[in-house]
Amino acid sequence: MPTATVTGVTIDVNDEGFFTDPDSWTEDMVPELARAEGIADLTEDHWRVIRFMRDAYRATGTGPTVRVLGKTSGVSIKELYQLFPHGPAKTAAKIAGIPKPRGCI
Amino acid sequence: MAYRIVILGGGTGGTLTANRLRRMYAPDKAEIIVVDQDDRHIYQPGLLFVPFGHARIADIARSRRHQLATGVSFRQGTTDHVDITTNQVYLADGAMLDYDVLVVATGAVLLPEETEGLTGPGWMQKVFTFYTPGGAAALAGALATFDGGRLVVNTVDMPIKCPVAPLEFCFLADAYFRKRGMRDRVELTYVTPLDGAFTQPVCSRTLAGTLKSKGVHLVTQFNTGEVDGAGGRLIGYDGREVGFDLAVVVPLHGGASFVGRSAGLGDSLNFVPTDPHTLQAKAAPNIFVIGDATDLPASKAGSVAHFEGDVLVGNVRSYLAGEPLAPRYDGHTNCFIETGFGKALLVDFNYDTEPLTGHYPSRVGLPLLKESRLNHLGKLAFQSFYWHGLLPGRNIPGIHATMPSSGKTRPYVKVQED
Repeated sequence: MPTATVTGVTIDVNDEGFFTDPDSWTEDMVPELARAEGIADLTEDHWRVIRFMRDAYRATGTGPTVRVLGKTSGVSIKELYQLFPHGPAKTAAKIAGIPKPRGCI
Repeated sequence: MAYRIVILGGGTGGTLTANRLRRMYAPDKAEIIVVDQDDRHIYQPGLLFVPFGHARIADIARSRRHQLATGVSFRQGTTDHVDITTNQVYLADGAMLDYDVLVVATGAVLLPEETEGLTGPGWMQKVFTFYTPGGAAALAGALATFDGGRLVVNTVDMPIKCPVAPLEFCFLADAYFRKRGMRDRVELTYVTPLDGAFTQPVCSRTLAGTLKSKGVHLVTQFNTGEVDGAGGRLIGYDGREVGFDLAVVVPLHGGASFVGRSAGLGDSLNFVPTDPHTLQAKAAPNIFVIGDATDLPASKAGSVAHFEGDVLVGNVRSYLAGEPLAPRYDGHTNCFIETGFGKALLVDFNYDTEPLTGHYPSRVGLPLLKESRLNHLGKLAFQSFYWHGLLPGRNIPGIHATMPSSGKTRPYVKVQED
């Protein structure tokens, strides 16, 4: 299994770099994870979305899709794309240390 | 006293559930009521063929009432909401139905108005959907007079009913324009929010190959934020644009609106959180859910409702008898994927096994993930089975609710030759 080193800690990740064990994530990893996704300046709105992803994952076992995020997080889809230009659900899930949101089939 | 089982929705799942329950219970043991807002049952897989003139709406529509067995009551009316604490369904006309068991079979609805501009200028003129009878019929007219240019097929977001249908539309459009001798004047593009042609790796690769072989361009990870019908542009949330002369859009889907008005029943998209194996609603033990209405990670497809039906009615009986429910549903799905020129692919999968190559239902059977004439004939034959076998709630000999493994080729595992 691939690993990554964040704040000096070795983390199990999948092929695409998503955490396989969300419990190995801590809040102080967020700035470094965000920088790796091209986000240098973390705003309170970023944090709001990241915390929302963690809560949703704990409640439902999967991260929300961008559409559900837009409906339930209090941040509109347009704003979500401004915060996370390369795909809000995927990027926020990666920074929040949860698995990739399950696509529907 | 007889139990009362109320089934909301008289489509694929509701109809086959009602008919199976009617066979299971004598009339004095259970009263079965199906509620639907209209009496028109559409064979939805047939909508794909309407734009190309291969089917007419009249050929694929029948009375809902007439698909129900004798002894099942049909109540035409709109559901306003369900009170899951008092076990009551309230209809918009003021009527109220008490239930012992409720089956939610209200499917998925289209929400084109949730995408900015989609129903604005150009809607039904150069922007169409084939997911409604009216849209499919109007698109047939637009295709017949299309004299070349950019045809874009766009899935706005998942989940959608029959997730392969937009790809099938691309394949059939390729065949349609070739037969008309104008394929060289049509630029065909499929625009999807997924990171490939489809979600599952083996299947996605096969379908991407089929698109390429037919000269269909593929644009991935495109989340449509706006449709500019007048200007002929899809505009992504990330700022990307795809221009078109004719757009075929599969709009956002959600669950039925009454779910949103029924406290505690649904999720933020109005789908009903459901146990993936017993099909019991998470909201209440006496509510069961079938087909497109669930939040399950299975395809929204008729075959899913068919395979779920067998498990669901057994669990309704167990629940009413005070026995434990059987966690038997495994996510089994199969579908024919029409590829044009009288050929089709077949895929068969479940929650744990992605669509693989091989044969179905066993080593002797229809080829999986491979274009063949036999699969096309299977798809055509299915329409008759739908009305005469699936809706009455009959099983097909040799086809089981759970997914068969014997004919499938597993990746990375050496299969012993025999």
